[in-house]
Amino acid sequence: MAPARTALPRLLCAGVRSARRWPGFLRKATPGPAGPSGRMLTGAPNPARSEPQDDHDLQRKILDLPLKHSDFFNVKELFSVKSLFEARVHLGHKAGCRHRFMEPYIFGSRLDQDIIDLEQTASHLQLALNFTAHVAYRKGIILFVSRNRQFMHLIENTAQNCGEYAHTRYFKGGLLTNAQLLFGPEVRLPDLIIFLHTLNNVFEPHVAVRDAAKMNIPTVGIVDTNCNPCLITYPIPGNDDSPPAVHLYCRLFCTTINRAKEKRRQMEILYQLPSVKRAEDSGTRRSS
Amino acid sequence: MAAPCVSCGRALSARLSLTVRASLARRPGHWKPSAVDWQMGAGSQRAIAYLFPSGLFEKRARPIMKHPDQIFPKQRGTPGPEMTGYVVWPRQARCHAIQWGKDGRPFHFLFYTGKPSYYSLMHEGYGKVLQLEKHKGPLPVKTQHSRDLIGSRWLIKEELEEMLVENLSDQDYMQFIRLLEKLSTLQCGPAEEEFVQRFRRGVAIQSKKQLIEPVQYDERGMAFSTSEGRRKSATAKAVVYEHGSGEISVNGMGYLHYFPVLQDREQLMFPFHFLDRLGKHDVTCTVCGGGRSAQAGAIRLAVAKALCSFITEDEVEWMRQAGLLTSDPRVRERKKPGQEGARRKFTWKKR
Repeated sequence: MAPARTALPRLLCAGVRSARRWPGFLRKATPGPAGPSGRMLTGAPNPARSEPQDDHDLQRKILDLPLKHSDFFNVKELFSVKSLFEARVHLGHKAGCRHRFMEPYIFGSRLDQDIIDLEQTASHLQLALNFTAHVAYRKGIILFVSRNRQFMHLIENTAQNCGEYAHTRYFKGGLLTNAQLLFGPEVRLPDLIIFLHTLNNVFEPHVAVRDAAKMNIPTVGIVDTNCNPCLITYPIPGNDDSPPAVHLYCRLFCTTINRAKEKRRQMEILYQLPSVKRAEDSGTRRSS
Repeated sequence: MAAPCVSCGRALSARLSLTVRASLARRPGHWKPSAVDWQMGAGSQRAIAYLFPSGLFEKRARPIMKHPDQIFPKQRGTPGPEMTGYVVWPRQARCHAIQWGKDGRPFHFLFYTGKPSYYSLMHEGYGKVLQLEKHKGPLPVKTQHSRDLIGSRWLIKEELEEMLVENLSDQDYMQFIRLLEKLSTLQCGPAEEEFVQRFRRGVAIQSKKQLIEPVQYDERGMAFSTSEGRRKSATAKAVVYEHGSGEISVNGMGYLHYFPVLQDREQLMFPFHFLDRLGKHDVTCTVCGGGRSAQAGAIRLAVAKALCSFITEDEVEWMRQAGLLTSDPRVRERKKPGQEGARRKFTWKKR
């Protein structure tokens, strides 16, 4: 039913590659602001020589701590089976449109319309939101993809509110696979792609699903009864055509991402990182 | 110069070429001065200057470098304070500055679409449409705003591309114009008006371009104005007097005598008939060239242009719209080889 728990840490480590690739900006060599006596303003003496190592340890702590909990960001409280039912997430398409690989997720069919099993949806949704939160916590780039014109504007607004990116327009071929040529040699690809509609306007799987799998980019996707969940890392079986359902998903993703970013800021302040302290002090100096 | 030098002219040129090579090679032992050299003066120096290699000191042959704007055209992208470097790929038609920060995160939320400026404009426009539909309803309103759109035109595709610093396709452009049209039909506030006006350009009003001849006064104090007109290969000069009794004299003859055919006389009358001033002006004109009908057309144009000085601006605009002030561009089409005339082909024979 639920994917193996052992697979979870391996998949979560997918976001760590961003940390490995840019170790330079994680390690801050310069010390924080010191008082006139040469001590740090907090009162503790400033050990100059072991500074970089401390910094590195703090960074490791910040990044490793959330991985020890199964639901560090408490995404379970954001939704319930009842709220999913009220948002009409359980309604699928007609039995004739059913995709073979969606059969495990379908509860049954009533009057020839497929009903999605909300228990499975809830567990998948919790995993997906948890993963999204971890990616956002680790400052990953999240790309919202959809090709449904009805919700295009809403999804772009959602992305803007989170501070992430959206692509609800015509998908140019080679955008992910040939990005070096299209954008430049040092472009950074998205670290997570969220599909609110897996199919495009001709009811075929979106090209980005296959391209993300090629480029080893993890994907989260809302799969309806006529979609193929194979290549998606964290599929969420659910309705993608009703407005209340799509509004619910947008709200959930937006809340999760904002929560994760806020948590990251709090952790950085908590561990008193020199970079953050410097930014804070300069911020207070500017505001005063 | 005198005859004796004609014969040694050839020898002179032969010697000169030798001289040039000698001076370039800088081997004085091979150069033997001769009587010819005495004849070389300042004039002949200038005459033989073309033999010397130019380009070394010639001002016009100096290397010219292109303006930097042509090699590095206008950039797109608003780099933040932590921009790493200025990288440009000149081989692309539109170059961009780096569009992401030090951590690699792009600045624009639609960066991954490939055309962020264009799509953000569409997003903004569509947002405005939705807002207006929510407040007022989806049907177009009887617009007093159509007044603002008169005398202006939408941006053309090239201008839009230049504004956004992006390459667009024709379909993108059409979609954009459709969105703006929809926005302009809905009743919108000042913010939306300003948004739409950003993409309108003024159109020069045609009637203002019409040149009106100044009114002149002859020795008797009569007001008149002169003008010229052309049609095919006929040129006409017309002098129209403000007050008169409708007499027209062409090349000294009366118009009835000069133009026996009714059609030509109608052409002369048309400007006056159009303005309802049939018996009120006197015309004296001269015409040459062309045929019967071309001369009539030339006089008509000249008379219409001259009349502009005596009438109101609205009437000038009516004349322009009637086609009285436009010179007829039709000329005789040339005959092409392989054909009998301009269009007529030779008779096709099956066998």
